[in-house]
Amino acid sequence: MNLHEYQSKRVFARYGIPVPSGEVATTPSEVRDIAVRLGGPVVVKSQVLVGGRGKAGGIKLARTPDEAEQRADEILGMKIKGLTVKKVLVDPAADIRKEIYLGAVLDRASRRIVLMASSEGGVDIEEVAAQTPEKIVKVAAHPFLGLRPHHARILADGIGLPKELINDFIKISQGLYQAFVSTDASLAEINPLVITGENKLLALDGKISVDDNALFRHPELAEMRDPDEEDASEREAHRYGLSYIHLDGEIGCMVNGAGLAMATMDIVKLYGGEPANFLDIGGGAQSDKVAAALRIILSDSRVKAVLINIFGGITRCDEVARGVLEAIGTLDGRVPFVVRLVGTNEEEGRQILAEANLITATSLADAAQKAVAAAKGELQ
Amino acid sequence: MSILVGKETRLLVQGITGREGAFHTKQMIDYGTQVVAGVTPGKGGEWAFGNIPIFDTVSEAVHATGANTSVIFVPARFAADAIIEAAEASIELVVCITEGIPVLDMVQVRAYLDTTHTRLIGPNCPGLITPGEAKVGIIPGHIMTRGNVGVVSRSGTLTYEVVYALTQRGIGQTTAVGIGGDPINGTSFLDVLQMFEEDPETEQVILIGEIGGTDEQKAAEYIASRMSKPVTAFIAGQTAPPGRRMGHAGAIISGGEGTAAEKIAALTRAGAKVARHPDEIADLVASHLR
Ligand SMILES: Nc1ncnc2c1ncn2[C@@H]1O[C@H](COP(=O)(O)OP(=O)(O)OP(=O)(O)O)[C@@H](O)[C@H]1O
Ligand SMILES: [Mg+2]
Repeated sequence: MNLHEYQSKRVFARYGIPVPSGEVATTPSEVRDIAVRLGGPVVVKSQVLVGGRGKAGGIKLARTPDEAEQRADEILGMKIKGLTVKKVLVDPAADIRKEIYLGAVLDRASRRIVLMASSEGGVDIEEVAAQTPEKIVKVAAHPFLGLRPHHARILADGIGLPKELINDFIKISQGLYQAFVSTDASLAEINPLVITGENKLLALDGKISVDDNALFRHPELAEMRDPDEEDASEREAHRYGLSYIHLDGEIGCMVNGAGLAMATMDIVKLYGGEPANFLDIGGGAQSDKVAAALRIILSDSRVKAVLINIFGGITRCDEVARGVLEAIGTLDGRVPFVVRLVGTNEEEGRQILAEANLITATSLADAAQKAVAAAKGELQ
Repeated sequence: MSILVGKETRLLVQGITGREGAFHTKQMIDYGTQVVAGVTPGKGGEWAFGNIPIFDTVSEAVHATGANTSVIFVPARFAADAIIEAAEASIELVVCITEGIPVLDMVQVRAYLDTTHTRLIGPNCPGLITPGEAKVGIIPGHIMTRGNVGVVSRSGTLTYEVVYALTQRGIGQTTAVGIGGDPINGTSFLDVLQMFEEDPETEQVILIGEIGGTDEQKAAEYIASRMSKPVTAFIAGQTAPPGRRMGHAGAIISGGEGTAAEKIAALTRAGAKVARHPDEIADLVASHLR
């Protein structure tokens, strides 16, 4: 789950990281009021959970409250990468002398939290990593020891930070590490961290991604979830405990197990189709869960055929087949279904489905080919 | 021979009285696994399935029964502690089935385990089976048959799929190991490849990977430089969109890293045969049979 910039900066502030004293608004007139209160020029910043808001025109400078209201009117309601802007953050405009980057990520390979800094702030860090990797400095913190002052000094040195700012930089780095650990983050980023005209460090942008598996111990963060982060069908799937990701293709896939679900999408593509989704219904394949899954898949009007691929291990294929039939019975049959059951009692399972006039398949390749043909209307 | 589990396995089940724990304990016993103890805090002194003693703590269970392996079915929020408890009681092999453990918990757990002699398999894994000897976890036992192919995988059902296809063609397995779908786990592909390489009964190995991380790339380096036995590989997630978690916490392409294409390229360069889809795996394995 991702936090908005304003939420991330509030978290950062709790860990001693200096942030601008901005406020959030949902209407242009509120923005005007905030600008009046702040006095002086402000920056109106769209709060949507995508990167590159600045480039997309979602971040605008305003010199007067009138101008702020106008900019807010333009930004609120605009679409950035498919997401509608519903909130803006109004921050006092900072006098920027230099933009740097400071971020923390969990590095899988070293199994440590790694802090990264770069003298190239304000730009996409992935681009810096690809083009000028030498401009990124990294340090890894041992989980039992945390981020130590010397780690931050290594970063400061590596990016050529002015000496008089080093103590503040150490505090900010340690604050970022603390914020990361305390929120169970997988990413915490300040981009840019700026050096102001008054020679102070200030976090102008903030981003935190929280580990969904840890939300049970962060109810206050869980409440911050922006429902727009997922599309409607994904939200619906999660309510049923289904792991579902909406894609652009025409072949709906319903599979048990994440690995098998990915492999099923891949083989659909290999045989010339495009998967409409990733969906792992988990073990068991009870009919109510299957029915919910199929409803969600079919709510996408682009779907032309559905491929059901279930491995019956402990839940036998005949049980799965009955569950699938029951579920299909509750739907209108707008598209053809291709079902592949494999594993325990697969013969019995296949027979139950064949008697119900569903297209059955034995191998995965056979199933994928039939689904692709069915989607083209070549198979009924 | 085989790896990690076998006739000498004396299994302790952490979370033996829970729904999942109880169900799968029964399956493991029926398979012939020596289940010697269970742990459920607060239920010490009771019995499971008539003759399996339940203890409040792992250390009591180990002292009383000589358990050397543990399998964990406790809920995610308690699982990290369960792993640490098992390691403190000097259990040699801990297999954690639990899905959904916070990843920073696993960072701590793994750093601690690295100071002990305990090996962890998982978490978020189906466990492992040495056919005819021991089943530790949730892999359906009857789809396996004894033979000379070692299997290591990040995915559960994809493993079942492949093992089932092998069994149907009469190709047996030494041990099948599910290392799990989490970003931080106890045992890597590389670790298991080394064990299969050293196991005299294993003649060839199947590696089933997926998008996310660089574990497959490290395995490829080992295959290229040290491995004498043939490896057949499959990588799931070629059509996965970047930045999305594909079911498994660890199955995510982030910052352009961890794509199926780069893993397939690394494994191919290392000399492994990479199947285009799961059905091909058994064909490639059959082509290596002597
Ligand atoms: N309060 C501010 N005062 C002055 N300039 C600002 C302020 N906030 C942002 N900027 C300028 O706008 C640029 C882009 O802003 P910001 O980093 O917040 O968004 P972004 O990086 O474009 O968006 P995203 O985080 O979605 O990628 C900054 O690098 C900085 O130059
Ligand atoms: Mg930014």
